[in-house]
Amino acid sequence: MGVIRSLICVAALSLLWLPGVVDAQSPQPPAQEEFVPLSDIPPEEQIPAFTLLASAYALVWLVLIGYVWSVSRRLHAVESELMALARKPPVPR
Amino acid sequence: MSTLTTVGLVVIAAMFAAAPWVINAAPYESTMGLVYKIFFFHMPSAWIFLIAAIVSGVYSGMFLFGRKPSSDWKALAAAELTFVFGALTLLTGPLWARKAWGVWWVWDARLTSSLLVWMIFGAYLLLRRYGGPGSDKLSAAMALFGMATVPFIFVSVNYWRTLHPQTSVVPSLPVSMGGPLWFCFIAFLLFFLLLMQMRVRLERQRALVEAHFLSEDES
Repeated sequence: MGVIRSLICVAALSLLWLPGVVDAQSPQPPAQEEFVPLSDIPPEEQIPAFTLLASAYALVWLVLIGYVWSVSRRLHAVESELMALARKPPVPR
Repeated sequence: MSTLTTVGLVVIAAMFAAAPWVINAAPYESTMGLVYKIFFFHMPSAWIFLIAAIVSGVYSGMFLFGRKPSSDWKALAAAELTFVFGALTLLTGPLWARKAWGVWWVWDARLTSSLLVWMIFGAYLLLRRYGGPGSDKLSAAMALFGMATVPFIFVSVNYWRTLHPQTSVVPSLPVSMGGPLWFCFIAFLLFFLLLMQMRVRLERQRALVEAHFLSEDES
């Protein structure tokens, strides 16, 4: 009985290896052996570089201009408040 | 706006306007082609991100030990700039990686630690905005932790396996590529200094307004 149980366990464990074995035996695409220049890649497989480059530069410009605008606006508001406070007559004690 | 600020703004605007021509003059990198030119804005953004984090950490330390309000203003100004330049680094990097690596993002040591420092400074700003009294000291401690992570970001590419280029790339660049890179870095650095000056001035004016209201309350 013990021998049968051991055989079942071994058979079950061997099933775990099966997908790997099948996968290893299935035909694999030929390995790429050398560097493929960008110009040799078909157009449908290429990612447009210009779009990414333009997006990156536009993003940097937009964020930096937006930040300068934000700081200037906050600075203007605080300086206006300071000027208004300076114009206010002192509180009598 | 002072004369020095105006002159600085004009110089920086001229440098940023000239940058596309300077970058265009740089030769193409042989394997990446056109997209590698993102590097000329990505790299200076990343350097300023790290410099700003160090500046914020140093002034936070000075504030914690010296208690000078001006140190806190400078730490806060640098923390906000760390967040802004960190965002630029983390946004331009994936645009380059999509083409160069085929993926937008990888969870390697450099990218993950950069994201972590960016989030630390994001938390710093949230703490300053909503933390209430005492948040200045808590956030100063956070900035120190943020600064302590900077050397790790810098050397991470040399110690862990990553797709990101190593630190040896910039010193080995030919003049035709290194020239435009340093031009862009100086433009970013001047911009950072100008923004620091504007941001510190904002904090100084805010402190004056607060002092005014406090004196009114006391009287």
